Amino acid sequence: MSPEETPTDAVLSVRDLSVSFATRQGVVRAVDGLSFDVGTKEVLGIVGESGSGKSVAMYSMLGLVRDANVSISGSVRFEGREILGLSDTEMQSVRGGEVGMIFQDPMTALTPVYTVGWQIVEQLRAHNDMTKKAAYVRATELLAEVGIPDPKSRVNHYPHEFSGGMRQRVVIAMALSCNPKLLIADEPTTALDVTTQAQILDLMGRLQAIHGSSIVIITHDMGVIAEIAHRVVVMYAGRPAEIGPELDVVRSARHPYTWGLLGAVPRADVKTRRLVTIPGNAVSPLEVPTGCAFAPRCQYRMDICAERPPLRGARDHLDACWLSDEQRLEIRSTVTVRGES
Amino acid sequence: MLRFIAKRLASAILVMFTISVLVFLIFFATPGVNPASRIAGRTASPAVLRQVSKEFGLNRPLPIRYGLMMYHLFIKQDLTSYVNIGDRIIPQITAAAPITLSLIFGAVVIWLLVGISGGVIAAKNKGKFVDPLVMFFGIAAISIPVYWLGEMVSLVTQGGLHNSIFAWVPNGGYVSLTQNPWQWALHLFFPWLTLASLYAGIYARVLRGELINNMNEDYIRTARAKGLSERRILYRHALRCSLISIVSLFGLDVGVLVGGAALLTEVVFGLQGVGWLTYQGLQNLDLPLIMGCVMYGAFFVVLASAAVDVIYAYIDPRIRVVA
Repeated sequence: MSPEETPTDAVLSVRDLSVSFATRQGVVRAVDGLSFDVGTKEVLGIVGESGSGKSVAMYSMLGLVRDANVSISGSVRFEGREILGLSDTEMQSVRGGEVGMIFQDPMTALTPVYTVGWQIVEQLRAHNDMTKKAAYVRATELLAEVGIPDPKSRVNHYPHEFSGGMRQRVVIAMALSCNPKLLIADEPTTALDVTTQAQILDLMGRLQAIHGSSIVIITHDMGVIAEIAHRVVVMYAGRPAEIGPELDVVRSARHPYTWGLLGAVPRADVKTRRLVTIPGNAVSPLEVPTGCAFAPRCQYRMDICAERPPLRGARDHLDACWLSDEQRLEIRSTVTVRGES
Repeated sequence: MLRFIAKRLASAILVMFTISVLVFLIFFATPGVNPASRIAGRTASPAVLRQVSKEFGLNRPLPIRYGLMMYHLFIKQDLTSYVNIGDRIIPQITAAAPITLSLIFGAVVIWLLVGISGGVIAAKNKGKFVDPLVMFFGIAAISIPVYWLGEMVSLVTQGGLHNSIFAWVPNGGYVSLTQNPWQWALHLFFPWLTLASLYAGIYARVLRGELINNMNEDYIRTARAKGLSERRILYRHALRCSLISIVSLFGLDVGVLVGGAALLTEVVFGLQGVGWLTYQGLQNLDLPLIMGCVMYGAFFVVLASAAVDVIYAYIDPRIRVVA
């Protein structure tokens, strides 16, 4: 994928998306030149540390960033139609209708004073011309589909009567209610315990196969990526560090930051006394270096890193790093990175 | 829900009983004072004192005295004043209650309308010119004392302008609703506005804050992601959740007002409601009257808070489970 061409089957194609906020301390570039495509029925994972701009990128393209000081530039095409800069009313039919969203914390994502059925019905009726009765029938079906036991009575229960995992299932049912072409999941498993995480990921995979939606899943967990994603965008400080098919990125990562992320996944089969971390802290968005954003934390830093590396690579596996192929081979022969050992 | 209501009412009755015991003890079992001379007044003759002693069973054990008191208050309702000899207490209270209730009812309607719409308008226009303007009027309404505002209103409507634009304003007093609804509203119009202004200011400010907080909640982001209109998000989601705190405020305010806190408005506008009656009782040291008013007031506070808890459970499903 090169930024110039747009694959014809892309549901979503983002080009050079930049989001910046004017603050008292200066301009914060939360997203800086992000480009990617999501194909039909494809699951794209966007991975990065907290504050790397992955959520902001998704929210900004759907008009969910409600900050008077934000400025968004670039191009976001959804099924060939430019959606950046659409009016709020035009955006309303896209949101919830053609693009569904799942959020990080299911405990707070639902309005506490309405039954879950009411909330699903509200979305159904906002986008479809259907009677209340039919919408309730559909809501019950949806709850059954996401694996909520006894959906006929549960449809009349309030959010606080569900556990976290069950609530996330409700949120998923709601997001899928209008058969969206694209599902954006913002850290859908982060707030859940490990066994529930696996169930939710499994559910998303199954539903994706049935509904045929494309999925963008935002996460900081490489394990989630390996589980569900077809392709991966690794973001650092608002910029793409590496983009490629999931197998390539996990098995033969090219960017030092991705190596760090992969090293940070705890493994059951290797005994470590401490969890592996990437040295240093995520760069403050106010003082992103003019060159490579990762350079201050990178142990392979070179003089040229003072210049911003272009996103380049072979075929569909791109990365933004100045290391040459020989250097990478040399480094990788001395260090083990998870996935290839 | 029905079980919740029953439980809540049962506990309200228990609270009322406790209050009645406490009030009784304060009035009749405070050591060092002879309750008979307190009830009968400073200048009572020995004959009257004996009569009081007999009527309230003052030489009998405490529980019997309590029972006798409650019997006179609630069952026989023949508690009489010794200051204004022969005045029955209960009929006075039941005559005053509709006036207070009318005053509060109208004020409640006005302050809810003004307060809620003010809060919504301010929150909707946060950061624009309208928001601080509404909030300024809010703080002004809160800061102006009721007695001053009431006097000013009387001065304007009953003074020089009474012959021109305010000719329609009655010269104070009260006409009952059953007698003439139009005159009822007309007589109470300015008292309503005066009493409502303070609460409208408070409610607008509280609601604005609540709305702005709620608009930053995660579920609002979900509502936007669902593709709902901003209007629907504001009214059906944010406002609906913000009303929860308004209702709890509302219960306390109405309870206290019905219990006599509308006193200042009543006195300023010459409305002989419960607040006014209590005020009279205090001035004359009319103990049975004070006790009747206190009991009545306390019961209304308890009833209002029970009613609010029921409304609360209705609008916030999370409460129902706890109870």
